[in-house]
Amino acid sequence: MTGIRTPEQELARFRNRLAVAGVVAVVCFALLAARFFYLQVVRYDYYSTRAEDNRISLVPVVPNRGLIMDRNGTVLARNYSAYTLEITPSKVADLDATIEALSKLVDIQPKDRRRLKKLMDESKSFESLPIRNRLSDEEVARFIAQRYRFPGVELKARLFRDYPMGNLGAHLVGYIGRINDRDLERIEENEDSANYRGTDHIGKAGLEKSYERELHGTTGFEEVEVDSGGRAVRALRRTNATPGNNLILTIDLKLQEVVEKAFGNRRGALVAIEPGSGGILALVSVPTFDPNLFVDGIGAQDWDELNNSPDHPLVNRALNGAYPPGSTFKPFLALAALMSGKRTPGQAIADPGFYDFGGHHFRDDKPGGHGMVDMYRSIVQSCDTYYYRLANDMGIDLIASLMGQFGFGSRTGIDIEGESSGVLPSPEWKRKRFKRPEQQKWFGGETISIGIGQGYNAYTPLQLAHATATLAAGGVMYKPHLVKYIESAKDGSRQVIEPQPVKTIPIKPEHLETIRRAMVGVNKEGTGARAFAGAPYLSAGKTGTAQVFSLKGGKYSAKINERLRDHALFIAFAPADKPTIALAVLVENGGFGAQSAAPIARAVMDYYLLGKLPAGMAAEDPGAEAPTGDGGGD
Amino acid sequence: MTDFRFSLRKWLMGLLSPLDGPLALIVLAILGFSTVVMVSASPERLDTLAMNIGVAFVVMWTAARIPPQRMMSVALPLYVLGVLLLIGVALFGDVSKGARRWLNIGVARIQPSELMKIAMPLMLAWYFQSREGMLRVRDFFVAAALLLVPVGLIAKQPDLGTAILVAAAGFYVLFFAGLTWRLILPVALVGIVGIGAIVAMGDTICQPDVVWPGLRDYQKHRVCTLLDPTSDPLGKGFHIIQSTIAIGSGGVMGKGWGRGTQTHLDFLPERHTDFIFAVLTEEFGLAGALLLAVLYILLIFRGLFIAAGAPTLFSRLLAGALTLIFFTYAFVNMGMVSGILPVVGVPLPFVSYGGTALVTLCLGVGMLMSIQRHRRRVGT
Repeated sequence: MTGIRTPEQELARFRNRLAVAGVVAVVCFALLAARFFYLQVVRYDYYSTRAEDNRISLVPVVPNRGLIMDRNGTVLARNYSAYTLEITPSKVADLDATIEALSKLVDIQPKDRRRLKKLMDESKSFESLPIRNRLSDEEVARFIAQRYRFPGVELKARLFRDYPMGNLGAHLVGYIGRINDRDLERIEENEDSANYRGTDHIGKAGLEKSYERELHGTTGFEEVEVDSGGRAVRALRRTNATPGNNLILTIDLKLQEVVEKAFGNRRGALVAIEPGSGGILALVSVPTFDPNLFVDGIGAQDWDELNNSPDHPLVNRALNGAYPPGSTFKPFLALAALMSGKRTPGQAIADPGFYDFGGHHFRDDKPGGHGMVDMYRSIVQSCDTYYYRLANDMGIDLIASLMGQFGFGSRTGIDIEGESSGVLPSPEWKRKRFKRPEQQKWFGGETISIGIGQGYNAYTPLQLAHATATLAAGGVMYKPHLVKYIESAKDGSRQVIEPQPVKTIPIKPEHLETIRRAMVGVNKEGTGARAFAGAPYLSAGKTGTAQVFSLKGGKYSAKINERLRDHALFIAFAPADKPTIALAVLVENGGFGAQSAAPIARAVMDYYLLGKLPAGMAAEDPGAEAPTGDGGGD
Repeated sequence: MTDFRFSLRKWLMGLLSPLDGPLALIVLAILGFSTVVMVSASPERLDTLAMNIGVAFVVMWTAARIPPQRMMSVALPLYVLGVLLLIGVALFGDVSKGARRWLNIGVARIQPSELMKIAMPLMLAWYFQSREGMLRVRDFFVAAALLLVPVGLIAKQPDLGTAILVAAAGFYVLFFAGLTWRLILPVALVGIVGIGAIVAMGDTICQPDVVWPGLRDYQKHRVCTLLDPTSDPLGKGFHIIQSTIAIGSGGVMGKGWGRGTQTHLDFLPERHTDFIFAVLTEEFGLAGALLLAVLYILLIFRGLFIAAGAPTLFSRLLAGALTLIFFTYAFVNMGMVSGILPVVGVPLPFVSYGGTALVTLCLGVGMLMSIQRHRRRVGT
């Protein structure tokens, strides 16, 4: 680098450096050789003992899974310890004979055998698999006395997951199940394999799935000396497991119960949200199911019943059902009209009972019409003609962009997986949705039915509740969440999930007041008045009825097949001046919203604001909750 | 009949003529050893192994026929393409196991960092060739910049192993081009002192709440696991603990072919790829390890010999750098498997299973052969 050199000097220096490289390479390899010599000659005895000697094995210590509790401490998911009888198929000469002999000692049902068969297909032969769970003390004693006869069969103390509330809140809690290949892949993707050594269950749905990381805990390990039969003799060294964290929910389980009871045998969903925080107070989807069925692998018969039921109990309607909002859409559209200046509150139309557009006759459900209708009356009396015309005046693009602001058509970001995004119709959406050009075109008439929450409109009950809560909070949108805080099982410290404002929609206070006043009017003198008669608090609401089946101009009657009847909807918040709860109810095929959905909302408000239980539940003991505790033993 | 035999022989000689005899024999010997080990480690992969070797040999043969001048002409385009692909990875790459390394180009997923292992020394050798006779200090800075851009992109994926290999490849060109000792020695000294300090203070700096500047969490974890494998016996430490046991328990002569207990009782992770050396030493002992080491030394010396006789600056630098890359692969892999270097995901050259790496390596060998074969035509 110093000055210019002759090519000969350059070449000499290059060869010099080659020599240096050669020497470095040899030195490095000598270093490696020294390391090999150290490992293979000097420490040969040590390492060969470690390799040959199978006395010491590393046993994972599985952590206790965290509990799930509602906001008042009622336990929704817990663990208990029980004995299970396990077989390692590769260590058993004649599996059928062994099971036959075992069945003389403990009760083994055909369904236990079927489950073992299924598990064997899914796992490797050297894994130990349960043949019977939850043995009675007597069975444990009988087996221990005869244990010598059964090599490859082991009695293990295991923690089982238990959902003491059964059906109640099953969709939100979810369930755990045995780890399958897909779960394993995900675990490996997340580089969690070490932590899942020894764990054989994982969250499959609901909170159990989305908070798996918190609930699982950290696996400990133990170096164990084992005898020739493979049984642990003594522990040499132990690092304890760190138990999973507990989830404390924003859910009020009593409220959840009030709702599920209020639905009775009907199908539907309800989501109730605290408007000032996004905390979800109740998230109901009915019919529901018993998550306990899934923990040990669901039996074929139970599965068929749940999966093939026309009521679809496994579907979480609150998150995955997309329904036309019907007239519950109107307050939002009215607000959008105010925000965009397309309407003033006092601007009135004369309603003849129909609206003609492009040769099509759009009917109002009140024959003869509502007369002169301003914005207040349009909401209180749920006048369709007002909104047919409004939708036409606004145009689909403006509707889509303004309604999108309230969260319609996009995922709310709730903390359980699998939420649907619904459909906020627009010409752009239609272009993407359909393939053939003639289907992709947007027709003006389609805009008209959008105005009354029909047409392509489809939203989840969660979205509807979310939008209502945003309205109740004066335009501040919070991310809906089910977990209030995460409690460390180790030291009891709490990680509080703070309310997360997503955005603030710029709404003028006077516009907000117009809509709020009209929605209060609904419950005082309009379509919700009967359901809220005599309520000591001021509430705001809006009924909705969503068409499932077009009547083609015919008259609605109770004789129509139940499954083709309209869906009933209701949105509400209360107290109207300072809302602490906002909700959306949907009753599938419930007919008119005022008739079947609004009374459920009333029951929710009465309980939440006044502590008043409905007639059927009042007799039950209010204080005594299910016993808490994790069943101990790790 | 004699005619036929003669022409067959002539044809064969012609076919083999691009290959450098000693290099071909050494590579064949290592590949043979690899196949023997693979029969024990993963017999179900022998078919694909044979196919990989076939493809790699065709690549080697083809590369050996390309004159160095032609290589020079593709150096710049190849380098630019490599950098563009790396940028593509950073922007649109597929994420697998927490790292963004793959680029989906429709027909297949490619890993552009692999290309850089060859493109980097080519580019720098070309650059120095173009500055021959008027080399200034400034040129070393330009070369360093050319080196650091792709290395930075690869390290960011993050793929520390490949980043180190590419950085090393570039550094070797700089070294052979005459980078002053006054720069090399202090850096080497700081490095040695730094590593010494890390080893000495392992206990304090491996506390979970200590954040290491510039390194990802998993990289810190690897170094800490190396310092004390028992701290994580179920996770990362498991690899190192089990591979050291495998090596140590092999003894002088090994446990015998197909009789490694660590290998066959499923204790050894990734036993056909990065940790195949543990299989080799468990079954063939110190003897097998030294045999392999000798083969690598022969490979390296043949490569350095070719570099010494190369006619142009470009071919000298390229040959020297390629040779030292083989050395780096071998040293880093054997070092990590025997527990003196962190686990960085570098395969054992010509032994680990894996088509891409084998093709890259054979491409390198083919280029060396070409340099050897074309040395007289240019004339010194």
